[in-house]
Amino acid sequence: MSSGQNERREMTGAEMVVQALKDNGVKHVFGYPGGAVLPIYDEIFQQDEVEHILVRHEQGAGHAAEGYARSTGKAGVMLVTSGPGATNAVTPLQDALMDSIPLVCLTGQVPTSLIGSDAFQECDTIGITRPCTKHNWLVKDVNELAAIIHEAFHVATTGRPGPVVVDIPKDVQFAKGIYVPPQTAPRTSYQPKVQGDLEKIKAAVELMANAKRPILYTGGGVINSGPEASHLLRELVDLTGFPITSTLMGLGAYPASGKNWMGMLGMHGTYEANMAMHDCDVMVCIGARFDDRITGRLTAFSPNSKKIHIDIDPSSINKNVHTDVPIIGDVGRVLEDLVRLWRATAKADKKALHPWWEQIAKWRARDSLAYKMNHDVIMPQHAVQRLYALTKDMDTYITTEVGQHQMWAAQHYHFEKPNRWMTSGGLGTMGYGLPAALGVQIAHPDALVIDIAGDASVQMTMQEMSAAVQHDAPIKIFILNNQYMGMVRQWQQLLHGNRLSHSYTEAMPDFVKLAEAYGGHGIRCEKPDELDDAIKEMIAVKKPVIFDCRVATLANCFPMIPSGKAHNEMLLPDEATDEAVANAIDAKGRELV
Amino acid sequence: MNAQLQPTGSAYFIAKETEKPETHTLSVLVDNEPGVLARVIGLFSGRGYNIESLTVSETEHEKHLSRITIVTRGTPHVLEQIKHQLERIVPVHRVVDLTVRSHELGQDRPLERELALVKVAGTGEARVEALRLADAFRASVIDANTEHFIFEITGKGSKIDQFIAIMKPLGLVEICRTGVAALNRGPQGM
Repeated sequence: MSSGQNERREMTGAEMVVQALKDNGVKHVFGYPGGAVLPIYDEIFQQDEVEHILVRHEQGAGHAAEGYARSTGKAGVMLVTSGPGATNAVTPLQDALMDSIPLVCLTGQVPTSLIGSDAFQECDTIGITRPCTKHNWLVKDVNELAAIIHEAFHVATTGRPGPVVVDIPKDVQFAKGIYVPPQTAPRTSYQPKVQGDLEKIKAAVELMANAKRPILYTGGGVINSGPEASHLLRELVDLTGFPITSTLMGLGAYPASGKNWMGMLGMHGTYEANMAMHDCDVMVCIGARFDDRITGRLTAFSPNSKKIHIDIDPSSINKNVHTDVPIIGDVGRVLEDLVRLWRATAKADKKALHPWWEQIAKWRARDSLAYKMNHDVIMPQHAVQRLYALTKDMDTYITTEVGQHQMWAAQHYHFEKPNRWMTSGGLGTMGYGLPAALGVQIAHPDALVIDIAGDASVQMTMQEMSAAVQHDAPIKIFILNNQYMGMVRQWQQLLHGNRLSHSYTEAMPDFVKLAEAYGGHGIRCEKPDELDDAIKEMIAVKKPVIFDCRVATLANCFPMIPSGKAHNEMLLPDEATDEAVANAIDAKGRELV
Repeated sequence: MNAQLQPTGSAYFIAKETEKPETHTLSVLVDNEPGVLARVIGLFSGRGYNIESLTVSETEHEKHLSRITIVTRGTPHVLEQIKHQLERIVPVHRVVDLTVRSHELGQDRPLERELALVKVAGTGEARVEALRLADAFRASVIDANTEHFIFEITGKGSKIDQFIAIMKPLGLVEICRTGVAALNRGPQGM
C-alpha cells in the first residue's frame, strides 16, 4: 500500500497521522478541530489526498463516519480534539460497538507532561472510552505512533468489526520520529477465528437436511462479512428452499423481493416471521446475536427447535439462547463451506417443506403490516410506502433515526442489496440518521441518500444540516412529523395509562424555514394526495432538503410483541383496540423495557 | 465483590436463574501493557460479574507477559460468558478456567496458594500462645519486638482464614493477603 519513499522515513507525529491514513486507504475524515489536534489539522491543510469533512458537533462526525463505514464496508474515520471533543465522541463509539461498525477515532490529548494535571480540555479519554471501544491506545512515544495507527485499523476492520480510539498527546504530534509502513504481522494475542469447524458445519448440514420446519434467521454479521456473504446467503436460500427472516441490522442481505422472504422479525417484525421462529424445528442463526428485541420472553423462545448459530464472536454463542450446533467463524467463509457441503451431500427435498410453507402462507394472510388508510391525513406507513415506490428504482441509500419512524421504515421500505440501510440498532441512538446520511452521501456523491426521520430525533443532530450544505451533500431529511416522541408515547399508552408525560413537543420549529435558514430546501406536505408530487420535488432538488411530512399524530407501530411476551403472543393491528393496547402488558412486563 | 449475582444482559433476563453458582479460578495470560488490568476489571464491573480475589504480576519478562489469576463466582452459564468476554480483550492471549481444567484432569480443584502477613500485638500469655500457634501453622516470624509479631503464612485460603480467626483474640492488629495464585497439577502448562 505504501510507496517506497515512505519506508522508515523521519517525520513529525502529525505528518505520521496523515501518512498512516493514506497508507490505510483513507479518503475521507470527519472531524472538528481544537487546540490538541492543531498540528494534525495543519498537516491536513497542506495536502489533498485525504479530504476532511467539517461537521458541527463531534457526535455528528462519529455518526457520519459510521454511515460512511456501513455503506462502503470500509473503516470510517473521525478526528476530534481532547476533552469535550473526546467526550462528545462517546455516543457514536458505543453505537459502533453495539452494531459492530469499523470506526477509527483519532483524539488529541494534552501534552504528556500535563496528563493528570487537570489541564485545560483534559479528560481521561482512554479511561472513558475503554468500555465503548473494541480497543484503545494512548501514544506516549512518537516512534510507536505509526505502528499503533496501523494496528488500530487492523483491529477495527477484522474479526467482529468495532470502534477503536487512538489518543495522541500534542507533544507527540510535534515530535519527530521514524515512520513505519503498515505491516502484515498482527500481534499474537489478537487472532480472530474466521474459518468455521468443518465437523460442526457437517452437523449443521445434516440437521438442516432433515428439517421439516426450518428457518434462516440472519443479521448484521452477513452484511459485515462483505458482499460475497450476501451472495452466498442467496445461494443457500435457493438451494435449500428455506424461509428466511432477518433482524433490523441484516435487512438487504437477502432481497425483500425474494420469494422466501418473510420480512423482519422481532418486536415489530411480521407475524409470519415471528410465528415461524416460534414453531420451527431447525433454526439457522447467521450473524445475529439473539438480542432481546428479537427473542421476546426467553423462556418461551422457539421452544421446540434445534439451533445452529454462526458467529465470529465466541461470546455471542450461548449468551442468551442455548445453541445446539455452534459454528465460530466469519459468515462468508462458513457459508462457503456450508453451501459446498450442502451441494455435495444433501438433497434438497423441497416437497417435504410444503406443509411448512402452507402454514407460513396462512400466517402471511393475516397481513400483519396492514393499517387503515386515511384520505385526509397522511398515515406514516403510507408515507414510507410512497417514498419506497418513488425511489426504489434509483441508487438509493436509507438512514433512520430511532423510534416509530425507524420501525415503519424497516417494515415498509424494502431492500434488495446489502449496505443500503443504515440504522442504529443496538444502542438506539436518536440523532443518528442525519449525520449518517451525510457520511453516506460523502461516500456516494451521486446517490440518493434519504434519512427517514422522526421530528424528535432529528432535532438532536439538526446542526449537521449546516455541514451538509457546506460540503454540497444533497441529503434528504424525510421527517415523519407527528409532534410526539412517537415510540415513547406508544409505550406510555401501553404501560402507563396513556399519561403522556413529556412526550409531546409543544414548540416545534418550522422545518421549512429551518431548512432555508441553513441554506437548504424545505418542503411541507399535509395531504395524502399531495404526497407524490412533494416527494418528486424532494428528489429533484439538488441540495439538502428537509421534508416536513405531517402525519397522523397518534398512529401506533404494529404488529408488536409486548414486553415479556413470546413470539406467538403478538399484538396485531386489527386486534389493537384501545382496550387491548392498555392491557397488553401485565404488571411483570412493565418492569421490562 | 458484588455480593449478589446480577443477570448479565438486558431487562429481559429478569427470568430467575435456575443454575447454582459455583466458585471458579481463572488464569488469564495478557500482554503487560498500560491499562490491561483496567480492561479486565472494567469488564467484570461493567457486566456485573463477581471478583472474589485477584492476583496479577509479570511472569515472563522477555515476552512482556503477565498472568492474572481471578477467583470468581457465577453459574456455569455466566462463567462461560466471562471466559469468552475476557478472550475478546485485544491484549489477552489465553484464558483457562483452572477449575474446569482440573475436573477434566480428574482432580477436585486446581492447586491454589495464598500468602498473608499477619500482625499480632500483645504481651504475656497471649503472646506466647500466638507464637505457639504460628509454629503449628508453619507460619514464620518475619518481624518482631517485645510487643508484636508479624507472621508470614502460606497456604490454601481456608488455612489462612483459620489462622486469622485463631489470632483474633490474641491481639490481631492487621492483615495483608496476596489473593490466590493457582496452577493446575501435572506436567502440562496452560
